[in-house]
Amino acid sequence: MNDLRELYQETILDHYRQPRNAGRLVGANRTAEGYNPLCGDKVKLYLKVEDGVIRDVRFEGYGCAIATASASLMTECIKGKSEAEALQLMESVHAMVAGGGTSAEGKLAVLAGVREFPQRVKCATLAWHTMKAALDNVEEAVTTQ
Amino acid sequence: MKILDKLMHHDDVQAQFWRTDFPVLKSRVHGKPLVYLDNAATTQKPLAVIEAESDYYLNYNANVHRGVHALSLRATEAYEEVRVKVQHLINAVSPDEIIFVRGTTEAINLVAQSYGRSRLQAGDEIVLSEMEHHSNIVPWQILCQQTGAKLRIIPVNDLGELQMEAYADLLNEHTRLVAVTHVSNSLGTINPVKAIVALAHEHGVPVLVDGAQAIAHLPVDVRDMDCDFYAFSAHKLYGPTGVGVLYGKAALLEAMPVYQGGGDMINSVSFGETTFNVLPFKFEAGTPNIAGVIGLGAAIDYLGSIEWDELVAHDRALLAYATPLLASVSGLRIIGNARDKIGILSFVLEGMHAHDIGTLLDSEGVAIRTGHHCTMPLMQRFGVPATARASFALYNTRQEVDALVEAVYKAKEVFRP
Ligand SMILES: Cc1ncc(COP(=O)(O)O)c(C=O)c1O
Repeated sequence: MNDLRELYQETILDHYRQPRNAGRLVGANRTAEGYNPLCGDKVKLYLKVEDGVIRDVRFEGYGCAIATASASLMTECIKGKSEAEALQLMESVHAMVAGGGTSAEGKLAVLAGVREFPQRVKCATLAWHTMKAALDNVEEAVTTQ
Repeated sequence: MKILDKLMHHDDVQAQFWRTDFPVLKSRVHGKPLVYLDNAATTQKPLAVIEAESDYYLNYNANVHRGVHALSLRATEAYEEVRVKVQHLINAVSPDEIIFVRGTTEAINLVAQSYGRSRLQAGDEIVLSEMEHHSNIVPWQILCQQTGAKLRIIPVNDLGELQMEAYADLLNEHTRLVAVTHVSNSLGTINPVKAIVALAHEHGVPVLVDGAQAIAHLPVDVRDMDCDFYAFSAHKLYGPTGVGVLYGKAALLEAMPVYQGGGDMINSVSFGETTFNVLPFKFEAGTPNIAGVIGLGAAIDYLGSIEWDELVAHDRALLAYATPLLASVSGLRIIGNARDKIGILSFVLEGMHAHDIGTLLDSEGVAIRTGHHCTMPLMQRFGVPATARASFALYNTRQEVDALVEAVYKAKEVFRP
């Protein structure tokens, strides 16, 4: 039950109920769609990148609490960051939830609870993979399978 | 008093006895007693099945149909006896109509590639339903790509029942095959397969029935149903994984080209010419899953010791008990309310994704399935990306239904604003 509390902590549920930066982004110049066939999580990410910096970001989608909260938190954290910094954050989130890595700093640390639920790692990383695909400008939907 | 009330249900008392035949049901999960409600994915195995498989490996492991030595004869006998058991289980005319395969999926692929590929051409139509499992969709899509045939889809109404008038309208002179599920794995709907077959036969069209979900829940009589092919998997019938059955009418199977080539399915081989074995061996290339088939035989024997009436009544009773309890949870919507259904309850909860429900229920020891259940077109039909699904087997009890409902309330509590 403690693991569960950690997984579904208030910040996660708050971002799930009221996702930040939700919706289309007009003027986006990089987009990508991500899909987790296992549970039907879907995310579409819009980025506005100028001079290697993510000026704005929004997302649309439907997913479980973990996938949605992770996407919402991500948009808050990568806005204003350089592409390289955003990818760095992705690496640290990945290391944190897949075990091994130490906690990511700041508000992303709330995702650490996922570590105890290996079946949920893909939910937590979906938005991040999608961000990478958008930065790489990959056209087709990425999946976490 | 409440507990006494529950014990008074004769079928629940019976189920408590059946439970003791299934060793895994004594397990604890996260410190809680296991409440296994994922039976539509796969059922648990009674000790008799586990012992039949290990008895084969411990005492008479040998290849079948080949050796002259004692063990091989014994293994062959045991293997072929199961063919007769399956024949009787589904009331086929002859054991030659029973082909052992890997599972429902392989059975359907066999029919698509052997029967379908040799007979269909561009412009032909295959009729499926909106509630099919991906394994009764994708093999036909592959066949369509190969032949230029097209799929026509029987729609489902809001209750989760096939729309029979629409089905009648889909049948025409281009229809070459109908492939429908006997019971929906996502909704629990029991389809009127006998009527479906009769209507197709009026047009001279053969019918394949996917029996994966029906086989453990309903008595199946392929002669009465008059279907041309029937497919099921042992692992949903309290038997092992990796074994399934394709039933086909002998005349159809005789006329069909071989599926896979190899040992056992031939009469004689030379580099000039190979002649093929007779039914059923013609479709069983290579060494089969001998232990698995023997395990299936034990599962059929196990079920044979229980009256179908009793099984069906228990399944209906659990469904009748669980449906209003779940439906009364605020924000919960049951997907699939067919008038005729087996013990499968798919549901969605407002403000909660199925995946989260699954994780939270698991922490209470309650095992359910969450996701699209390999029926993505059906999920789309009901406008949901996924559902949570509880599915019953003979060993489930009202107490376990209570545990399910309680776990759902607890899960809601976690998500309460
Ligand atoms: C209706 C239906 N058809 C086909 C299948 C596929 O069975 P198997 O995976 O054993 O081949 C299933 C299993 O989930 C099913 O429920």
